[in-house]
Amino acid sequence: MVDLMTPSRRGVLKGGVALGAGLTAGLAAPTVFSSKAWAADYLNAPTGDTVTFGFNVPQTGAYADEGADELRAYQLAVKHLNGEGDGGMLNTMKPLTLKGNGVLGKKVAFVTGDTQTKSDAARASAKRMIEKDGAIMITGGSSSGVAIAVQSLCQEAGVVFMAGLTHSNDTTGKDKRRNGFRHFFNAYMSGAALAPVLKDNYGTDRKAYHLTADYTWGWTQEESIKNSTEALGWETVSAVRTPLGAGDFSQYITPVLNSGADVLILNHYGKDMVNSLTQAVQFGLRDKQVGGKDFAVVVPLYSRLMAQGAGENVKGILGTTNWHWSLQDEGSKAFVKSFGEEYGFPPSQAAHTCYVQALLYADACERAGTFMPCGVVEALEGFEFDGMGNGPTLYRAEDHQCFKQVLVVKGNENPTSQFDLLEVVQEVPVDQVTYDPAIFGGELGECNNGV
Amino acid sequence: MTAIKRETARGDLVRFAAFTVVILTMPLWLVPFGAAYPDLMQKFAIYGLFAIGFNILFGLTGYLSFGHAAFLGVGSYTAVWSFKLLGMNPLPAIGLAILLAGAFAWVIGFVSLRRTGIYFSILTLAFAQMSYNLAYSVLTPITNGETGLRVLNSDPRVLDHMIGAGEVEGSLVATLFGVEMNGLPGFYFCAVWLLIGMFVSFKIFRSPFGLMLQAIKSNQNRLNYTGINTRPYALTAFVISGMYAGLAGALLCVTDPLAGAERMQWTASGEVVLMTILGGAGTLLGPMLGAGIIKYSENIFSAFNEQTLHQIFGVLPDGVEGAVVSVAGLFVGEGWHLTLGLLFMLIVIFLPGGLIEGGRRIAGALSRSRKGGGIDHAHPQAAE
Amino acid sequence: MDAILLQILNGLDKGGAYALIALGLTLVFGTLGVVNFAHGALFMLGAFCAVSFNQLIGLEKVTVDPTQMTPWGTPLEIRVPMIEDWLGATGTFILDYSVPFSILMAIPVMIIVGLIMERGLIQFFYRRTHAEQILVTFGLAIVLQELIKTWFGANPIPQVPPDTVRGAADVGTLIGFEAGQIVYPYWRLIYFLFSALIIGGVFAFLQLTTFGMVVRAGMADRETVGLFGIDIERRFTIVFGLAAVVAGLAGVMYTPILPPDYHMGMDFLVLSFVVVVVGGMGSLPGAVAAGFLLGVLQSFASMTEVKSVLPGIDQIIIYLVAVIILLVRPRGLMGRKGVMES
Repeated sequence: MVDLMTPSRRGVLKGGVALGAGLTAGLAAPTVFSSKAWAADYLNAPTGDTVTFGFNVPQTGAYADEGADELRAYQLAVKHLNGEGDGGMLNTMKPLTLKGNGVLGKKVAFVTGDTQTKSDAARASAKRMIEKDGAIMITGGSSSGVAIAVQSLCQEAGVVFMAGLTHSNDTTGKDKRRNGFRHFFNAYMSGAALAPVLKDNYGTDRKAYHLTADYTWGWTQEESIKNSTEALGWETVSAVRTPLGAGDFSQYITPVLNSGADVLILNHYGKDMVNSLTQAVQFGLRDKQVGGKDFAVVVPLYSRLMAQGAGENVKGILGTTNWHWSLQDEGSKAFVKSFGEEYGFPPSQAAHTCYVQALLYADACERAGTFMPCGVVEALEGFEFDGMGNGPTLYRAEDHQCFKQVLVVKGNENPTSQFDLLEVVQEVPVDQVTYDPAIFGGELGECNNGV
Repeated sequence: MTAIKRETARGDLVRFAAFTVVILTMPLWLVPFGAAYPDLMQKFAIYGLFAIGFNILFGLTGYLSFGHAAFLGVGSYTAVWSFKLLGMNPLPAIGLAILLAGAFAWVIGFVSLRRTGIYFSILTLAFAQMSYNLAYSVLTPITNGETGLRVLNSDPRVLDHMIGAGEVEGSLVATLFGVEMNGLPGFYFCAVWLLIGMFVSFKIFRSPFGLMLQAIKSNQNRLNYTGINTRPYALTAFVISGMYAGLAGALLCVTDPLAGAERMQWTASGEVVLMTILGGAGTLLGPMLGAGIIKYSENIFSAFNEQTLHQIFGVLPDGVEGAVVSVAGLFVGEGWHLTLGLLFMLIVIFLPGGLIEGGRRIAGALSRSRKGGGIDHAHPQAAE
Repeated sequence: MDAILLQILNGLDKGGAYALIALGLTLVFGTLGVVNFAHGALFMLGAFCAVSFNQLIGLEKVTVDPTQMTPWGTPLEIRVPMIEDWLGATGTFILDYSVPFSILMAIPVMIIVGLIMERGLIQFFYRRTHAEQILVTFGLAIVLQELIKTWFGANPIPQVPPDTVRGAADVGTLIGFEAGQIVYPYWRLIYFLFSALIIGGVFAFLQLTTFGMVVRAGMADRETVGLFGIDIERRFTIVFGLAAVVAGLAGVMYTPILPPDYHMGMDFLVLSFVVVVVGGMGSLPGAVAAGFLLGVLQSFASMTEVKSVLPGIDQIIIYLVAVIILLVRPRGLMGRKGVMES
């Protein structure tokens, strides 16, 4: 595994000569390295017959299973891009420029890293892929903190970042970047999609109690859901912040019991959601009656892996999700089939968004005719496509957010298999979840080629 | 280096010179290990510094702090705030970070050092966990919580604007005299601080103050009976090591201007303990070695995947290759924690004094066989 | 009033869990003088005893229906738990009561795990420094949790309590409240009683048996007991096994409250150390008292009324209390002089 250093940002080494010179020059050397004389057109321009993608997913920590699923999806995407396997969504994506022989005639290779779901570790891992392995793009991740941290790193370094699972409004709002793109939906869309369904199921006269994970993502979700439910006429009784990883939520659940609220909204994700939902159901909240109304629990952001962790407690509980394997459009069917044949079980929403992101990036390179970040960014901005599982989709140029259908789902009352945990209640059309990009502020800035 | 036994000023000079050469040539000799890229080398230097500072407290006085990550975090946040308010020059950031981390360490040390042993450890742990939990949640206006504190174009950066460098196109990086502190220049910047830190550590170890600290470790009660109040000495060591942590935290932000709250978590405090013990607590070079090994495994082992394993073991026959890859797969990639856990166990079981101790034993065995059974210089020191 | 009573219940329940975990840790501290960072891993292993027992008895006879296909292109599988297939209604009963039944499996498993750990590793560390004990047991904890992760994955695995105790009990009516005012889940009440039972059992064992007397003597003065010609080491092995069983059972019974995942041991590790230290090193009653104290305080600190005065107090209350107690009482609530102070 001898690995020579690949050209890095602004400091470009040309083999041992520069290295030797740098060392003899000792500490005065840095000025030599910052010279742009040797720079290529853009950072990590592929020179051989391969191009390297960097897959940065959580391999340790609470989201390790989600990360493993993301990695499976990426490996499948690479296979399909290189013309192996059954092609998956390459058969359904419209418009499609890719030819199934790699990207721009180069085979796709990849490197992987562990984000540990910590911004520091995620950035270190992304830096390794950029500085050492020569990755031309970075993709993946399973939390908004990491996505935002890695996105700004990629902006600074000058590579494209294709976000994985990140749901905070900030990723393409306050903290958006020109080099970063998100296919996954966000908290605002969850609220907008969920509200009408909540109205249909629970009426307009409800009192909601929020339990919110006490960090940035939790707050943006609480705000989005509050806004859209209050617009329905719901009253917010209380919104209580809970420490991340609290484990036992009983001390936050008991005050709900006699608060007069008749809806509990759990702004939690991952282990927090599994625990708080399990415990809320144990406290009898799902069977409770308040003022003649059935008490309801709502989990705005669902994922199948989390539903698996909460077991039968999810039954009948409403929420939203980006994608579900039971969708019947051609794109979803093709993806579920090739993923299932490869691994023996259906893909999660995290796997779906990562797979799609890899394909979209590759297709954009092919259309742009270059791997140069600014070219790719331009090709992705305002790109409209279909056949990727969520109906006609737009990569909005103003904030690099995908606009597509959002699924409202419910915990399945009668699951037929261990994967059949969620049932799709409604595919909310894209118009209903579209918003003005100005409402979240932030600046995209200029694109960066890294030289 | 470990072969030099006598603790003379000249021996120290030789050791320090050798250390300097080794550090400055890292970009060369790390190449075969696949580690010669700027980010990892910066991390080696920074965490080395962190561990060297920790060793001044733990290695010399025996006080086991489980809260040093808090000082790293304070250093980081201070540095980023200095970037935001004053400008992208790393020197004020580092100065302020050291000062503030030192002050914070003084407060925590003043309280925690009223107790010894495990009670001291739990006190430091409690302070650090409080800092982390608050930084992640209610202190978000100061720390930017989960996302981490970053420098924005809209920040005041007074000094930058004064010298007319306020308007920057693209991203903001720490800049010293026109040199951007990332990539190799960033590494050399950290390396200089590492060398300074190492030099100071050498001086402290050999000073009367260092001897006093060692005396605290061997028998604090006896010192107290002789009428010496040990607490000021221990507190000074605590503050010094807190300042090292603050410096390391600031350097993390100089090379990459983002400060995240996870830096303050107890696992991060645990990491520096592990680095120090792994390399050899109380030795001069051990902590640096331990830091290098842990950061190396974190960044390199975690990067292996099935594909790379197949490349490595591609020479083996097909059936064997499959088996070897699946076994090896347990220890790398998503299983790299397993490797780390096993490494800790093996080293503590077989090399109680850490890696430096192991090196001494090997050197001792070599010289013994050469001299035909001379005096065993590498007699294991009684731990504590 | 009802809110306060509910929080007291929460606190007792939490305290039961804290006390159980801290009890085993303190036993090992007090007798063996070992700082065991793998104690959380024992708790986690206990929880996974419940998971494996459930999976074991839930083993399914899989028949493939080739006429139907799943959307991902494999034939549909029809699964019937074998135990139901063999035992009929009894099988269904065992499946339903899988968590309590798994105690039967957890006890021998945890004893064996404890013995292997003590004989295989811990016994070589009695005379090593605390720092080394911490490092080696921490390494062991990582190894154990990573092994669990490779087998069970990182996602939590839900465990359900038996059907009859799945809901919540209206405890308020018993003490004169209106119906529906104070409802509390059956399983949490069971957990509290269970922890009280185990704690009582361990105390009775140490107070009333000769074995317990020797161990207590060993805790007080190891060398003298050794001089009496008593093989204290062998007894310590048994104590370690006992601590492992206590931690394991705490884990088993906790699974319906907290769906277990491989990392749960680490999540409880810091907390259990804080509990032990607040209680006083080596003091069993101290550990139990501290467990309940911290549980109740944490519950109260989480109340909205308290949080609105002191924002974020629920995030730090445990540590804050630890700091205050250690400053006021140098050796925790009931610690003895000279234990773990150097």
